[in-house]
Amino acid sequence: MPSPGETVPFLDPLPGRSGLTSWIFSTDHKRIGMLYLWCILTMFAVGVAIGVLMRLELIAPGRTIMGAQAYNAMFTLHGVVMVFLFVIPGIPAAFGNILLPLQIGAEDVSFPRLNIFSWWLYLTGAVLAVTSLFTGGGPPDTGWTFYVPFSERTTTNVSLAVVAVFILGFSSILTGLNFITTIHRLRAPQMSWGKLPLFVWSLYATAWIQLLATPVLGVTVALVFIERLLGIGLFDPAKGGDPLLYQHLFWIYSHPAVYIMIVPAMGVVSEIIPAFDRKSIFGYKAIAVSSLAIAFAGSLVWAHHMFTSGMSDTAVLVFSFLTFVVAIPSAIKVFNWVATLYKGSIYLEPPLLFALGFIFLFSVGGLTGLVLGSAGTDIHVHDTYFVVAHFHYVIFGGTGFGLFAAMHFWFPKIFGRMYDRKLANASWYLLIGGFNMLYFPMFLIGLMGMPRRYYDYLPMYQTGHMISTAGSWVLVAGLVTMFWGLSKCLRGPRTVGRNPWGAATLEWTLPSPPPHLTFLDPPDEVPSPYSYAGVKRDA
Amino acid sequence: MTHKHIIPFGLLAKIWLALMVLTGVTVGVASFDFGFLNVLVAMSVASAKALLVVLFFMHLKYENRVLGAFVILVFVILAIFIGFTFFDVAWRPEAGA
Amino acid sequence: MHEPHKDYLGDKFGMWLFLFTEILLFGGLFLLYAIYLHRYPAEFHQGGLELSRIFGAANTVVLITSSFTVALAISALQQGRRGLCQGLLAATIALAGVFMVNKYFEWSAKIAHGIYPGSSEMAQAGGTNIFFGLYYVMTGAHGLHVVIGAAILGFCMLRIGQGRVTAEDFGLLENGGLYWHLVDLVWIFLFPLFYLIS
Repeated sequence: MPSPGETVPFLDPLPGRSGLTSWIFSTDHKRIGMLYLWCILTMFAVGVAIGVLMRLELIAPGRTIMGAQAYNAMFTLHGVVMVFLFVIPGIPAAFGNILLPLQIGAEDVSFPRLNIFSWWLYLTGAVLAVTSLFTGGGPPDTGWTFYVPFSERTTTNVSLAVVAVFILGFSSILTGLNFITTIHRLRAPQMSWGKLPLFVWSLYATAWIQLLATPVLGVTVALVFIERLLGIGLFDPAKGGDPLLYQHLFWIYSHPAVYIMIVPAMGVVSEIIPAFDRKSIFGYKAIAVSSLAIAFAGSLVWAHHMFTSGMSDTAVLVFSFLTFVVAIPSAIKVFNWVATLYKGSIYLEPPLLFALGFIFLFSVGGLTGLVLGSAGTDIHVHDTYFVVAHFHYVIFGGTGFGLFAAMHFWFPKIFGRMYDRKLANASWYLLIGGFNMLYFPMFLIGLMGMPRRYYDYLPMYQTGHMISTAGSWVLVAGLVTMFWGLSKCLRGPRTVGRNPWGAATLEWTLPSPPPHLTFLDPPDEVPSPYSYAGVKRDA
Repeated sequence: MTHKHIIPFGLLAKIWLALMVLTGVTVGVASFDFGFLNVLVAMSVASAKALLVVLFFMHLKYENRVLGAFVILVFVILAIFIGFTFFDVAWRPEAGA
Repeated sequence: MHEPHKDYLGDKFGMWLFLFTEILLFGGLFLLYAIYLHRYPAEFHQGGLELSRIFGAANTVVLITSSFTVALAISALQQGRRGLCQGLLAATIALAGVFMVNKYFEWSAKIAHGIYPGSSEMAQAGGTNIFFGLYYVMTGAHGLHVVIGAAILGFCMLRIGQGRVTAEDFGLLENGGLYWHLVDLVWIFLFPLFYLIS
């Protein structure tokens, strides 16, 4: 006789345990993943709203809806919210939590209580970050990078903001620690490393970056806090310090952090492409190993953010060269995905559309990254809108579309219902169109010399800015359509079967939604994750 | 519990003694002036001490090799972080002046 | 109801991973130290002379010995000698106390001489200011870890007293011990870098 936990879907309350507390104190990885999902989507909405306001300010030269100080606070906030509260926890903490144990046939993560503690840390960090806007000397105006010496001197509420970042970093570290331990210790007996789904491989590589790079950020922002409090002067030239060392420390974390953002999205794409292609993934080992290679090589290149900072020419040369090296594993993935598509029987469902959007936009972002990684050209476009465009192509076009793809791919698994396919398709066209309209002109005005982080600009850039702002409206229309298409399907009877896509990884062997308790005993049979022979659809 | 590996008191005492001797050595050497070599010697002795602590006090010698490899990886990464920063600071024009 | 299984090796593995993050956290500070030592060798030399080598060496002996007693405590518990284990842990915590008291006197003496962050004497002298700035930040961060480590060992003692950590189920003590050894490891490097650099 199975217990209620083995039959009741995890979204529904267990007998005698219901209400908010059954969520916020839950140690179930699926519920924790959902908590993260709701939080990051809320933060995404905040970040988008700020971004739209910034675009509105930039529709015409001069002051349109806000002045310089307000704009400074806006781009700081946009960066902090998007980077630390949305993108970094995005795929790993939300979808990683829900799916990692399911995909390896484990009952839960290794440390379930630590897992909910991480979420509480995330929530605390988020609350503090938002509080820093309304308390102290006004919202921080340093940009999300908190560069010294300005961050040490500005009277705005940087101290509280860096405390928030410290706590968020701790949350990220503990999630990474949990995932690495889980993957090492709790795989089903037959789940060898060679049978791990590629999403798990990507989470594994990401978790190592979270674990080893984030502490450096922690100590760096702690130093900013200490400097603001005590004025020791470790980064202050007047007191013998070197402000460039702050940049080194900051980017030692924040460059690898870009891979915390993008690698899980690559894992999502690696799951979706073979499933909608009815063909085994091409180059399984190459994709798995390239995740690890990105994680390692990604920690060797941080100073390419500092070519114009005044560091030595030797360092410029070395870091420029290494930056080209890190392009290799990313390209390996792209080629393998394309090779997987070749001669497959393609079902152009929304998850695949978003995955293809990822490949296209990420490729644009990645290739323009080479322009920036090459020191000679970087000098010309550094701190221009070219950088803004490049970054958004990689992170929004990459991670954002990866997240959207994951949301559609696993929506039926999580909710037991199918999203509205027409709206999903329509939203994809709006998103792709709006996205390119919003960000592509930035490449052009960046090349023309438009500097980033100004609320005002010369009239020569106006056309580009106007197209870009109009693009932001199309993009928002796409987002509204997409979330409408998903949320209208949150109610109603659960009709989806176990495996609507006919995918081969373990989570599709479970009911949709999965019950509270899953894989109490590890599965007897562990299939090869991308072999579709004999896998039956169960819509 | 199957993974129980009890380290005898005698071995721990020997390690402690070795750590004490190494502390004495490093303090003793520091009273001579070898210039930059002092830093090198001090760091070598410290590394030897750290190795003893990690291998015996922390039982790493008796853990599986994967963990050992990870410990090495961590120190390699840290060495890269510190070493690569010197590509900048060691070649700064004003640093050499 | 299904009971979650206990994964002894997994717990220990997780603890090691946590220690890795601690190493990288201090690593950021060691990075600053390395670069500033390279830039201000003379000032660091001079600064090292001003620190009391006796205090430093004494604290090194204290901390290494405390690491030794914790290692002994684990072996004792595994052999089922609970009383001995409790005694060794108490000794460890006492040694942590000695370390902190030493540190207190050392810091007080420095502050009395006008060497502290933000003092007028320090702000003037670039390299010296950096040396003592790092000294306060790094030994301060380390001291914080000493206090946390002692608290963890105190918690272990409590659990052993309650009979929840035993000769057969010693994972908590082992992991608490690992944390304590890390505190010792950091000091093994801090000691020569600050006290013997002259």
